[in-house]
This record gives sequence, structure tokens and C-alpha cells, in this order.
Amino acid sequence: MTVLEIDGVSKTYGSGDDAFTAIDEITFTTTPGELLCIVGPSGCGKTTLLRCASGLMPPTAGVVRLDDRAVTAPPRAMALVFQDYSRSLLPWMSVHDNVVLPLKAARVGRDERERLAGEALASVGLDGHGRKYPWQLSGGMQQRAAIARALAYQPEILLLDEPFASVDAQTRAELEDLLLDVWTRTGLTVLLVTHDIDEAVYLGSRIVVLSASPTRVKETIHVDLPRPRDQIETKEMPAFAHLRASVFASIKEESLRGAADI
Amino acid sequence: MTRSWPGRLVLQLVVPVALVALWWQTSEDSTSFFYPPLSRIVESLQEDWIFEQVGTDLMPSLARFTVGYLIAAAAGIALGTLIGLAPRVRRAGQPVMEFLRSIPPPLLLPFVLVVVGIGNASKITLIAIGSVWPVLLNAIDGVRGVDPQVLDMARSFGLARRTQIARVILPAASPKIAVGMRTSLSVALILMVISEMQASTNGLGFQVLSAQRSFDSAGTYAGVIVIGVVGLVVNLGFLVAEGWIMRWHRGARGLLEDTDRRRGPIRRVRRRVPVRDAAAPAGEPPMVGTIGNTGTTGTTA
Repeated sequence: MTVLEIDGVSKTYGSGDDAFTAIDEITFTTTPGELLCIVGPSGCGKTTLLRCASGLMPPTAGVVRLDDRAVTAPPRAMALVFQDYSRSLLPWMSVHDNVVLPLKAARVGRDERERLAGEALASVGLDGHGRKYPWQLSGGMQQRAAIARALAYQPEILLLDEPFASVDAQTRAELEDLLLDVWTRTGLTVLLVTHDIDEAVYLGSRIVVLSASPTRVKETIHVDLPRPRDQIETKEMPAFAHLRASVFASIKEESLRGAADI
Repeated sequence: MTRSWPGRLVLQLVVPVALVALWWQTSEDSTSFFYPPLSRIVESLQEDWIFEQVGTDLMPSLARFTVGYLIAAAAGIALGTLIGLAPRVRRAGQPVMEFLRSIPPPLLLPFVLVVVGIGNASKITLIAIGSVWPVLLNAIDGVRGVDPQVLDMARSFGLARRTQIARVILPAASPKIAVGMRTSLSVALILMVISEMQASTNGLGFQVLSAQRSFDSAGTYAGVIVIGVVGLVVNLGFLVAEGWIMRWHRGARGLLEDTDRRRGPIRRVRRRVPVRDAAAPAGEPPMVGTIGNTGTTGTTA
């Protein structure tokens, strides 16, 4: 099973007096098959962390390892879902072609490609929409298409960068449940970055709370809420409220500290 | 704005038709050499251009124009992509590029005639050299301006460099490239005419010049009208082709009328104002908004 290990990863932008440390010695490891949520106050370098974790950007210090191998470029076993679907789906290709493009690049044969794309689109409820262009779909459907593209790529670990931040509340709830459904069915390891505490508690098996900048790991919280989770029942549980409060307290402390620093 | 297309066509024809009528009216009794009656110009058009000189002059002109323009477009896109992707090449090439493009292309004609000779090659060369710049500069700009998140996506899925260029970077730059190609189109037309005004034995430019030199004012007017019509048709053709190829671009920007009507206003607004940062969009749980707000006070990188 795939293990993503973030080992003492730091990223400093610039140098000298202008140097800005976005993330500072972040260390955590995913357990196989878990849904790990990373929460932190706004501007705490969550995206920087994800870019380092995915091999899109080299860290200034520390190492990212995927199954004991240092990550220097985006690994084949990893797929990303970006926050802004309108900038990650290619508007000049149909939804189907968007999903198939990474498979072509990975030299997956034609029949296999079609099968994977069809399955992935069906699993996010987009079967029959493959011929359309992304901009002909609603925001929620576009993000579904982005998720389908990641799933069709057959990763072992799925990284999501605030995937539901650009959609309305209703759609967000639907997409959260879709992600849970996909995760349950595929057994993927999922790493989800979010600024939404409710979302982290609702989805996660574990939550890594980040501090204000320079960002460190503040604490790790285990979410022992029963599964399957339900938007209404789970969120009514006293345990949910309790977890949410403790994450909130942790982050609030941080954002106050962050504000006081400046 | 809900006018049907025949309605719009009629509206667009009103001014040209009125102008031609006015021209016809005011020139009918004209005896001025410089302002021949439109009826005589039409006669001249019929005699020379329907269709006697189509094969001997119009076609050679169009062939030079097409070849020169296509060379310019291909070279502009290829070089522009290379320069746009390689900052070093860009820095090294910039001074030379700035020098070359500041030379007015018509001025290059004598030079090209000396170097390339007086055949078609010199005309095509002039058209290509002169009209390459808008494509080239826009291609550089377009390639450099590709959204970094799109590039992140391409890299994260392990797309090879070649695939990235062909399937991601060039399409993303294509709206800019199309703008450049449209500007180049006009430049190429101008240079086609100019190139035929020296050391030439046929072509639109040659015919206009020789009509003028033989004091055939109606013939001069007729030639100019033919050139105008050619320009109009070429531009319209380009627009139609561009509109078809770049349909996705207008669609992505929410400018396709037919889809707009079907989709209704709410989705359109959402599509036009993508939420780019982590700031809480409307409709989020209030608690998150509070954290976002306190967090942004100074901590945003």
C-alpha cells in the first residue's frame, strides 16, 4: 500500500531580508487507505505544502517520499485535483478528452483508455456528458469531471487542493459525499487540503492542523466518527460538534497569533 | 439585440448601399478626370475583372499572398513558441527582433529584390518577412501567458513536454495567436500590393499602378475596388474560420449566445466570476468565514 511521507519539508521563497518561509519543517505520514485532511488558517501555505508533496515544486529543505522513494517530479501513482476547475480542465477539449488526455500520455491503450474514462465518468455521475465541453457544465459538474480525470488515471493516492472551495454550499455537500463514496469504493489514500473545518471533520479519518505562518504541524486529530457518514446525522452527533470545536479552537489560536505577529 | 440574422444583415447593408447610391448619383455627370462616373468604373470592372484578369492577375496575387502569409503564420507560431518557452532565447533574441521589426517592411522591397531576385520568390519573401511580426509577438505573449495552474495540471499528470506543447500550451495560446494572425492578414495584403508595384509584370498592385500610369482613372478605381473586395472576403473568411475553430474560447468566456440562452442567468454569473483564492464564497458556513477573515489579516503570503 502506498505511503506518502512528508519529512521535515520547508519552503522558503526569496532570500536574505525578503525571505519568506511559507512552510517550516512539516512532517507527517499518510496511513494506507486513509482520508487525511489538512486544515489551517488562510494564507498558511497549504497550497505550497501540496505543491511540494506532489513534486510540482522542490522543497527548500526536507524530503517527500512516496513508498520510500524521494519525490522529485509528480509520480505516476499520484493524481491531483485542483481547487479551480475552470483553470484545470482544458476548455478546448470535451470532458471525455480531458479525462483521456493523461491516459494517452501514460501510453494506456485505446480500449483500456475508453473503459477507464467511461467508468470514471460514470462513478462521478457524468455518464452521457463526455461529449460536452467543460464550460457547458455547471461548476459542480466541472469539478466532478476533474475528479473523474484523476480517478481514470488510476492513482494510488489522490491529492485534492481545496477542491470544493469554488462551488456553492449545496453542491459542496454533494461533492463531499461523492468523494466519500469514491474513497470507500476504491480504497485510495486521499490527502485533502481545505480551510473548511466542517469539511475536514466530516470527511477525514485524521486531521492535520497547521499553524499560522511560518507553517508547522500544530496537532494531529483522529476523527473517530462512524462511517458511513451522513450530512445530517453525522453533523448532528455530539462527537462531531466536539471535534469541530477542538479543531476550531486550535485554528483560532493560530489565526490570532498570526494576526498579532504582524 | 434579439434581432434575427436577416434583420441584422439588412441593417448592416444600409450604410454601404446608401454610400454607393450617393457615389453613383454625384459622379454620374462628372467630367473630372479624378472623379470618373461610377458607371464607367463599373464598366471597367466588367471589362477587366470579369473575368479577363482573374487568371492573369488576381490568381497570381492571391497565390503570393497565401504562400507568404502561411509561411509567416507557421514561422511566427513555431518561433514564437520556442522564444516564449525559452527565457534565454528570448533575452538573447530581443534586441535583434526589436531592430528587425522596427524596419518598415515596404522599405525592404529593394533589399529583397537584390537578394532574392525579381520573381515570385521576392514577393513572397516580402509578404512573409513583413507579416510575421504580429503572429510572432502574439505567439510569444500567448505562450508566456499560459495559466500556471494549467501547466501544473499538465505536469502533475506526467504529460511529456511535446504533448504539453501540442495539447496544452499551443491551444491555450491560440486566442492570442489568432489575434496576431488577423493583424498579419492585413499586413500581408498591403505587402502583396506593394510587392507588385515594383519589378512586376502582373498582379493587383501591378494593374492598379499601370492603370494610373496610363491615365485610366476608371481602371485605377476599379483595381482599388477589387483589392478592397479581396481584403473584405479574406477577412470575412478568416473570421468565419476563427469563429469555428475558436468556438470553445467564446464558450469558455460565456459569450456563446445559443448556450447562454439555454443555460439561464444564474450559471452564467457563476461561470464568469470564478472564485480564485481561498476566500470564502457566499453560502459557506459562517464559522469558516470568521476564521478566514481573522486569518487573512496580514498572514496572506
